[in-house]
Amino acid sequence: MSITVKYFGAVAEQTGTSEEELNLDETGNSVAQLKAYCVQKYDLEEEETIQLAVNQVLNAGEKLEEGDEVAFLPPYAGG
Amino acid sequence: MSEKKIKKVFVEGAIPPDKIAGSIAHHQSKTGIGAHSIFLGQVRADVINEKKVAAIEYTAYEEMAGKKFHEIREAAFSKFDLTCAHIYHSLGTVKAGEICLFVFTSSAHRKAATDACSYLVEEIKAKVPIFGKELFEDETHQWKVNQ
Repeated sequence: MSITVKYFGAVAEQTGTSEEELNLDETGNSVAQLKAYCVQKYDLEEEETIQLAVNQVLNAGEKLEEGDEVAFLPPYAGG
Repeated sequence: MSEKKIKKVFVEGAIPPDKIAGSIAHHQSKTGIGAHSIFLGQVRADVINEKKVAAIEYTAYEEMAGKKFHEIREAAFSKFDLTCAHIYHSLGTVKAGEICLFVFTSSAHRKAATDACSYLVEEIKAKVPIFGKELFEDETHQWKVNQ
């Protein structure tokens, strides 16, 4: 039951990686559980400012499934 | 008139002024246009804690950003009476004083062009997953956050 997790910007800087495979059995299979797992694993700062996109959609369903791509997105800075 | 094709938005490095001039020239054959509105975002040499920003290094969640740019552009066509709309945004390093965002809207009349241009800029800043690392002259950095 693995998912792909991508990290960007300030979050990638803290994790030291831009992408990894994680196992849902370890992380828990909800968006909130995955976020809590990664925040603890990497001691992520300002977690309240990090949005998660599931398969490139923000505020997607709470349940994660095999093969999902989840992105940890810090505040945007385009323009 | 909406164009369904997903357009390429990202440009490696700064957007050259020639590209802007070229874009204007390309529209001279479209004689139904009476107004263009152009927004250019330029990297500012902010001074933060006595350190000056030398450049911004842009990265993006490119697949999602491409979809968002497309959605935003389509929304602009549905909200405003536009002839065309073009968006270009830099990836990689853009030095202070260089252009990192180019939004170009055209319409028969000025109001649609200017309103759509403002709408696009605000939507891009709020909705597109682009990240900016502000590189200081002393080679330290901080992460930019849109206000």
